[in-house]
Amino acid sequence: MMRNENYEAGAANDMNSRDRILKDKKNNREILCYEQVDICYGEKQIIRDCSFSVQSGEILGIVGESGSGKSTLIRAAMGLLGNTGVVTRGDIWYQGKDLPDLSEKEMRKLCGPELAYIFQEAGSSFCPIRTILDQMYESVKEHQKTTKAQVRDQAEELLSRFGFQDPGRILKSYPFELSGGMKQRVGIAAAMLLNPKVLFADEPTSALDVTTQKQVVEEMLMVRETFGTSILLVTHNIGVVRATADQMLVLKDGKRVEYGATGDILENPQSEYTKKLLSAVPVLRR
Amino acid sequence: MMLVLSGNEKTNNIFLERGRYYLNYIVKRILQLIPILIGITFLSFALMRLAGSDVVQELYSNRGTEVSQEIIDAKRAELGLDQPFAVQYVSWFKNMLKGDLGNSYVTGKPVFSTFVNKLPATMILTVLSILLTVVISIPLGIFAAVRHDRIADLLIRFCSFIGNAMPNFFVGMLLMQILSVKLNLLPVIATGVNFKSALMPALTLAVSMSAKYLRQVRATVLEELNKPYVMGAKARGVRNSVILWKNVLKSSLLTIVTLLALSIGSLLGGTAIIESIFMWDGVGKLAVDAINMRDYPLILAYVMWMAIIYVVVNLVTDLLYHQLDPRIRLGVTEG
Amino acid sequence: MRKQKVKKNHLKVRLIIFATLAAALIICAFFSEHLCPYDPYAQDLSIAKAVPSPEHLLGTDRYGRDMLSRVIAGSKTSIYSTLLLVGFINLFGSAIGILCAWVGSWLDSLLMRISDLFLAFPGLVFALAVAAILGGGVQNAIIALAAISWPKYARVARSQTLAQKETVYLRAARLSGCSTFALITRHIIPNIVGPILVTAMLDIGTMMMELAGLSFLGLGAKPPAAEWGSMMSDTRNLLATHPWVTLAPGFAILISVMIFNLLGDTVRDWLDPENGGR
Repeated sequence: MMRNENYEAGAANDMNSRDRILKDKKNNREILCYEQVDICYGEKQIIRDCSFSVQSGEILGIVGESGSGKSTLIRAAMGLLGNTGVVTRGDIWYQGKDLPDLSEKEMRKLCGPELAYIFQEAGSSFCPIRTILDQMYESVKEHQKTTKAQVRDQAEELLSRFGFQDPGRILKSYPFELSGGMKQRVGIAAAMLLNPKVLFADEPTSALDVTTQKQVVEEMLMVRETFGTSILLVTHNIGVVRATADQMLVLKDGKRVEYGATGDILENPQSEYTKKLLSAVPVLRR
Repeated sequence: MMLVLSGNEKTNNIFLERGRYYLNYIVKRILQLIPILIGITFLSFALMRLAGSDVVQELYSNRGTEVSQEIIDAKRAELGLDQPFAVQYVSWFKNMLKGDLGNSYVTGKPVFSTFVNKLPATMILTVLSILLTVVISIPLGIFAAVRHDRIADLLIRFCSFIGNAMPNFFVGMLLMQILSVKLNLLPVIATGVNFKSALMPALTLAVSMSAKYLRQVRATVLEELNKPYVMGAKARGVRNSVILWKNVLKSSLLTIVTLLALSIGSLLGGTAIIESIFMWDGVGKLAVDAINMRDYPLILAYVMWMAIIYVVVNLVTDLLYHQLDPRIRLGVTEG
Repeated sequence: MRKQKVKKNHLKVRLIIFATLAAALIICAFFSEHLCPYDPYAQDLSIAKAVPSPEHLLGTDRYGRDMLSRVIAGSKTSIYSTLLLVGFINLFGSAIGILCAWVGSWLDSLLMRISDLFLAFPGLVFALAVAAILGGGVQNAIIALAAISWPKYARVARSQTLAQKETVYLRAARLSGCSTFALITRHIIPNIVGPILVTAMLDIGTMMMELAGLSFLGLGAKPPAAEWGSMMSDTRNLLATHPWVTLAPGFAILISVMIFNLLGDTVRDWLDPENGGR
């Protein structure tokens, strides 16, 4: 059951990123596709019959109230549902591969260079007793042959692109020596280190103050511009969606309520739920 | 101590600060130890004096001789038992600092040298059983945590549960029955301070200790495996073995070491019973014999020294913990 | 359809089973005199050191006393002493803990320093010394173990009370004019009883073994009294030739401790809100 049209996308690997975006934009290539996905935790069903797709270089905003299953939806793609969570029905296609059916080893090869995840508290995705560099090196080493010095140079360059004044110092620090906002941005940088094609971001701004939020949003846009990464952005902040997302999906109790271009939905919401959700947030302009 | 990274940084100073903080901490901990040590000596001493004034009478009845009141009073004065309590304590404390713990009521020999002579045997036993415990429980505990709720985990948990419900003397007797009587591998009772004789008492102590410790190791590793950074590393595509060995175990090691040090307390107490079962000639057996003979100076020395050893072991662990954990070493509260 | 693991929660069933077993054990101990097939103290040298047989299920010891009867008779001493001990340290320790947390200031620091001091002694060592001074006897063994065990309860009770003291509802109750006594008995104690109970339940097994240990060293119950620890010590010379005599009381300890530990674990899970018990 392979999807042939996605098969050749893998061949785009060796092209440099800018060419890839241009080509992908021209062909309007679908990079990730959810088809009628059901997800259960134990006996409890969290996601029901959810379908959508993401184009290469596109940002999809997923909104909904807390408990609507937003995070579960994107975790499923990376096999991060824990011991009890299972995709019980449907497929998640990425370049001809059905992600829930992959073995642990195959999945691990994709995590990092192909798919990356930013946690709500990205700082806690680092082991507290090891330095940032050690952990970045560990992740890179898993996917390609490299040296610590190489990783350091790469990471320093990336961090300075994220606006850090002294990247060397950041890399030498332990996670707890950084502030919450810094950790979050370092977390995004760490996710981008291997230049993934799809980035899953789970409420990357909700734990931050307003100024840092703005910074993080700008960084996500920068990531898309520079690397052509597709981003699935889970948030309950409509303002963030308005500012970043091309497409948006509204989720309620694990069901898709609305799905389409961000502008269309924000201007002309169809369902009652979306209208309520929109009226509950102060309007922010791009 | 949150580091502000924007603006001018003083990169060199941070490492100096780290060092100074740690040194201060060591000094502080050692100073804190002093009142506890004094408390231990005071409590031990008070306890022995609580035994009442019939000590001397006991002493003579132990020797099986009838003596007159005068001789008892004279002996009492000789031992300093007629002085007020505080005076007795101070003079005893002064002598103790000089390494003089008085003479045994039974043998008349200096307590300190008797005790020190027997200490190595107990230390050998203790170290051997700690080694065995570490070898048994840490790998099994980690394995059980990794195979959480699978057959291996259930089996290991079952064994540890049974071990937890067995008093150490029962374990010792079972081992004696199996290893010595049935299989004839090891001597039933110690034939002197040698490795072969030490093995069975050490194994007994290790089995009892492992049963408890294994559970703690498993719980610690399991808790660490559920921390968000494990999922974070997984999302970065890090191999499970690397996550386990380099991250999870490094983090759990701190707790594992601390728990080991804490269980040394029950180990030190356990040696008394085990040494007297296996006739291992250490301080534990010495103490049990002294208790039966009501040889108070020896009991006092035993209680005091065990407490001091325990407190010092805990201090060393604590310092080690601080050295291993950068969060505490740097004096940072998570923010 | 992908496979799905569903874990069922048997907590309630477990609780009922282990509580029943523990109750059975306690009742058994209470009626031990009536349950013994033979007089546990009657000596009959003609049948000494008999191997287990239908008449004497666990054989006989060197005086020809029926081991099964002795093990049953021993349950009374072992189980009741343990329950008494745990009950006492529980009440005493908790009272100290609540007092410390409630009064605070110098009394708190004084009592906590004292408990620190007791905790500085490694477990059984201090109990050995206390038992040595008081002399043998079950009573004295209980006192010795109580002396080393109360600080644990004081700590649990103190930290729990301190946590409760900070809650909004307690401040509200105080502002509405509740007396100190009412605050403690109606608000503090009901809220802290769970963790203390769990500590106590999990302690029963340990205490039973330590009590047996003291008896084994001759510092608890003394022969000929039937007590599991002293029975094992008494018959240890028979281990090589007549292992059933020595090991029978050991297995009695093992089984009782296991039942109480299982009950303790289950009660802990039951009271743990995370497991969705209750």
